[in-house]
Amino acid sequence: MYAALWRVLPGPWWVRVIILIVALAAVLAALVFWVFPAISPLFAPSDPGVST
Amino acid sequence: MSAPGDEPRAEGEQQPRKRRRLSVIGLLGELLITAGMLVLCYIGWQVWLADIITGSQYASQARSLSQKWDAEEQKDPTPAPTSSATAGPSGPAGTTEDVPVGTAPTKTADVFAALIIPRFDTPADPHFYRPIAQGVSNTQVLQKKGIGHYPTTGMPGAVGNFAIASHRTFYGGALHNVPDLRLGDHIYVETQAGWYMYQFRNLQYMPPTEVQVLEAVPEQLGVTADDRVITMTTCNPLLSTKERMAAYGVFEKFYPRAGGAPQEIATTVQAKG
Repeated sequence: MYAALWRVLPGPWWVRVIILIVALAAVLAALVFWVFPAISPLFAPSDPGVST
Repeated sequence: MSAPGDEPRAEGEQQPRKRRRLSVIGLLGELLITAGMLVLCYIGWQVWLADIITGSQYASQARSLSQKWDAEEQKDPTPAPTSSATAGPSGPAGTTEDVPVGTAPTKTADVFAALIIPRFDTPADPHFYRPIAQGVSNTQVLQKKGIGHYPTTGMPGAVGNFAIASHRTFYGGALHNVPDLRLGDHIYVETQAGWYMYQFRNLQYMPPTEVQVLEAVPEQLGVTADDRVITMTTCNPLLSTKERMAAYGVFEKFYPRAGGAPQEIATTVQAKG
């Protein structure tokens, strides 16, 4: 999968590395700002208050 | 990931290429590694990053609320008491009138106050400032607004108990650093009227069912209060909900809004962003 990705990327190796770094940053930003907040209620801790 | 430099190897140049393209196991392996990285990223975000991001959002919410109150105060100054009132630990009757006590919001999740604890300032959150909303419903208040006020308890500055709850981690984790509090640390509760300063007294560890901490005199059933206390409950230990922790403070002084924020928290209230 990643080998195929490397092959389809254009340009010399350093251009591919830059493209991959930018893509990785975009993926991480999307995860941190949209995906993770959206799924975090699924793993929510229970009520932290005191109750009987 | 295979580097192109791997390829010009003398023997079997053709074969690894072919195998790589066809291998189902290889694809599955890469997918599993990716999934593992995603899970690790999620955990890292949840434990270290999420509370910093959410916390700074809450801080700016609290700050803009304070600025709104300032603007309203300037437009329509309240006839404030001539000097900031003090109440001794025994709460003599004469000083009771000097401390204004607001009325509780009727709607759940309404933000009516803010919490400022200088001890909780950290490099990641240099000006600890959090809104306090009405109610302690986990889904409606604690997950959405951060800190909730137990609706059965009193308002800030009132004789009796002002009790609030917050998650220890996640959703801003407002009370994450509660064990760092030291005797006498200042705990400010801000409302439209001004700033109520409490002094930290002690911590208590208890089971989640210990609702007596919400009594007017915490842990004393049916005793008439003459002190003004704050009770802050959260989870203990970290990342667990097995126990609860309560932090108590005793009311010390009221600073009316007309006189401006006390020196100690002036930068927190005015800081940008």
